[in-house]
Amino acid sequence: MRENIKALKAAFPHTIPVFTGFTFLGIAYGILMNSKGYGVGWTVLMSLMAFAGSAQYVAITFLTTVFNPVYALLLTIMVNARHLFYGIAMLDKYKDAGKVKPYLIFGLCDETFSIVCSTEPPEGVSRSSFYFFITLLDHSYWVLGSAIGGLLGSMVSFNTKGLSFVLTALFVVIFVGQWKSQQDHKPAVIGVVCSVLCLAIFGSSNFIIPAMLAILAVLTIYHKGYVKDKKLIEEKA
Amino acid sequence: MTLTPFETLIIICMVTLGTMLTRFLPFLLFKGTKSKNSYIGYLGQVLPYSVIGLLVVYCLKDVSFTNPPYGLPEAIAILCITILHYWKENTLLSIGVGTVIYMFLVQTVFI
Repeated sequence: MRENIKALKAAFPHTIPVFTGFTFLGIAYGILMNSKGYGVGWTVLMSLMAFAGSAQYVAITFLTTVFNPVYALLLTIMVNARHLFYGIAMLDKYKDAGKVKPYLIFGLCDETFSIVCSTEPPEGVSRSSFYFFITLLDHSYWVLGSAIGGLLGSMVSFNTKGLSFVLTALFVVIFVGQWKSQQDHKPAVIGVVCSVLCLAIFGSSNFIIPAMLAILAVLTIYHKGYVKDKKLIEEKA
Repeated sequence: MTLTPFETLIIICMVTLGTMLTRFLPFLLFKGTKSKNSYIGYLGQVLPYSVIGLLVVYCLKDVSFTNPPYGLPEAIAILCITILHYWKENTLLSIGVGTVIYMFLVQTVFI
């Protein structure tokens, strides 16, 4: 028990940015769902089970047209295909997580990923419980935020046009944060350039998968140079 | 509500299933991979940065630069977020201010 409290205390400060972001995004999501006639119960159920911000925003479109579960499944896979890359990035860190591993993988959303990929547990705190509490806290913020939004949405009404821009804002903020923390900007530039090119070629509804393939291809070409650069840096050190 | 409660539940399950497929698949596929210097290990190190770039573009995919307002609300809001975040590095402030600016622009300036 004391071990767990220690891990929770170590995890909490890292989740504060997500707390703020998720409260905002979650509230916006709850209000949007409410404006489409889906009450707080549905909103909470969706946030609890799917725990995927952008997919849930996209899912609003599945909930407001003709019932088409196969389309909903396929589009969700497309929207969340980037999670395949997160999994690859976390293979090593989550390797020995034991009992909590399925929950860690379940909760590997954009924001949780952005924390766990860049933080290590402090000394004396077990890695698995540290990551477990980061994931659990983020999950709770998301469910809580969307619940508040769902409740607020039924009480207040205001012009929500443009509110879904919070999502764009969040990713821009993560992008800028990563840019500041890294000296090598090539992976970030590769991501943007490949995506923009594929968007121009394939159009907005079909570009995600080609963009992922293009990113993989360019990163593979860049692999050799990356290994060489790393060796040079290590030799200098 | 456009759908019936049963249909809504099915959609929620589909969104969950789709999400979980993408999250669990790498762990099932690359169970035995361990070396940090392997190709998969390298991808694990660089992909986070490329993917966030992809996400930003994804959010802007439906913005038209050839028709009014020529993507101006998005461009102005993103510029403000970038400057603010470079300067203060406060996530809530950057997201909050950026979104409010965007909402103001699309509701009053570029209608």
